[in-house]
Amino acid sequence: MKTENRPRLTGVALARRIVLYLALVVLAVPFVVPTVWMIASSVKPLNEIFASPPTLFTASPTFDAYVEAFEFQPFARQYFNSVYIAVLVTGITMLVSSLAGYAFARIRFRGRNLLFLVVLVGLLVPGEVTIVPLFQMFKQVGMINTHWPLILVTALAAPCVLATFIMRQFFIALPGELEEAARLDGLGRLGIWWRICLPLAKPALSAVAILTFLTSWNLYLEPTVYITSPELFTLPQALTRYTDAYGGEMWNTQLAAATMTVVPVLVVFLIAQKQFVEGLAHSGLKG
Amino acid sequence: MTRSTDRGASQDAPRGERPTRRRFWNLARRDSLTGYLFIAPQLVGVLVFVLVPVGLAIYYSLNDWNIFSGELQFVGGENYAALLDDPQLPAVLGATAIFSSGVVVLNIALGLSLAILLNRRFRGVTLFRTLFFSPVVVSVVAWTLVWGFLLQDNGGINGLLAQIGVVGPNWLQEGPTAMIAVVVTQVIRSVGINMVLFLSALQGVPRELHEAARIDGAGNAAIFTRITLPLISPTVLLTAIITIVGALQAFAQIAVLTEGGPGLSTTVLVYYVFQQAFDFNDIGYGSTLALMLLTFVLLLTVLQWQLRRKWVFYED
Repeated sequence: MKTENRPRLTGVALARRIVLYLALVVLAVPFVVPTVWMIASSVKPLNEIFASPPTLFTASPTFDAYVEAFEFQPFARQYFNSVYIAVLVTGITMLVSSLAGYAFARIRFRGRNLLFLVVLVGLLVPGEVTIVPLFQMFKQVGMINTHWPLILVTALAAPCVLATFIMRQFFIALPGELEEAARLDGLGRLGIWWRICLPLAKPALSAVAILTFLTSWNLYLEPTVYITSPELFTLPQALTRYTDAYGGEMWNTQLAAATMTVVPVLVVFLIAQKQFVEGLAHSGLKG
Repeated sequence: MTRSTDRGASQDAPRGERPTRRRFWNLARRDSLTGYLFIAPQLVGVLVFVLVPVGLAIYYSLNDWNIFSGELQFVGGENYAALLDDPQLPAVLGATAIFSSGVVVLNIALGLSLAILLNRRFRGVTLFRTLFFSPVVVSVVAWTLVWGFLLQDNGGINGLLAQIGVVGPNWLQEGPTAMIAVVVTQVIRSVGINMVLFLSALQGVPRELHEAARIDGAGNAAIFTRITLPLISPTVLLTAIITIVGALQAFAQIAVLTEGGPGLSTTVLVYYVFQQAFDFNDIGYGSTLALMLLTFVLLLTVLQWQLRRKWVFYED
């Protein structure tokens, strides 16, 4: 009988299990409902968003808000900005951090530990502290209201240092024999890094990619400080600008834009959950 | 750039047919040159985008910025003295302390509870882990905007409260409730990470210890307080510090939800830095405040290192 294989749930155990499920469902409400509400409300007619009693789903869905999101702001352009910046930053970070992480882990050179410490300082200093002087620096070189600060700082400062650290920890654990063998086969350092170590480092690299992409995608303070032209905005910044001529918020338009920002990432998360969780837990730093 | 110059250097060496003693030394040298080239982009990045700016921040903090002429004037410790005279600063530091401690206490308590609830096998456990983790991947601004809607006076939360006959407060317009709102939304968005960290710590507790204790007659509560908690306490403490450091940097949540209001009730230090430097263009004082923030972060980091050293034998 099937029942023999299952843990017997009778009496107290069954009651406990039910209490556990109830507790988890109640706890999950504030984690899940806001996202569901966002998606559901983005297709509501405007007057239903603040209906009393509140409703989750509408009887008469409309996609007007989605159309308006693109008409009110250059939203497609802003979307593209966020995507290309995040992809570029992720690519640069993967390259820079795997090179540096490899060297710090596997190559002996004078001052290695000291230089590693210097690099780690990049992790200790929050971007919120350096943004005042960085703004002045970028102003000097005419990069205000361009995407350069968003790309350069994210790809080379704190987020990249975290990536370098993750890569170093990974490469340090690799057995040395692999490299010896590759060396005998005539591979140089660059060849070893590219053909031997990187293919092995896929878990660490995917952690780095996920972390960096999310950091860049979510960046808010930096674009707020550096970017002033709507066509150069990134998504988080654009989301806050859906206000009508009187300063009133355009609720459903904002929700439609927010949904378009959130859902793709959420879908990728659901597909590649394991990598996401491991990647983010790897850092323990976001928070 | 680095790659192309390097390819020549590193691939030449092993190709040499007969490695003599001199060639060998060349190889070692070339190897360390390769090392420098590999770390160069990262090192330069940290120098230019972290260390130089910190130096500049210190320099700015000793100067007064005239926004009309755009010139710096050396004022020595005036900006630091201004910290003491700033009538708003006590409120800002108070809000920072309440926000950070609120976030850390709630985050650790909730993260640990979730980890304990989900550290067992039952149908749907993976689904629940996914649900609790999911806000982590939602954009901060989108998440905060949605909560902003729900917390409006006529928003979803008060609408639900009205259903059970409770008149909810105007959450974001009153000091204490606004603070609760920013703390709770921040915690719910980010607690998934701590939950995962605690889960892996819990799974690192050897089963034999539990069984041995049970044989000795210990109950569930005793096992948790006497065995599990002491064993995972290093993780709890380190996570707590990481969470405080994260809370000290929470800008978007505040900017979108309350803009530091009502009054100064949710103006935390990082938001105040932003206001002084970019809204009021007071670069000198803004830099001074930024250095204060940096000092807090560094102190917490030193504390973390000390604790990690103390507990090093618990780590594998």
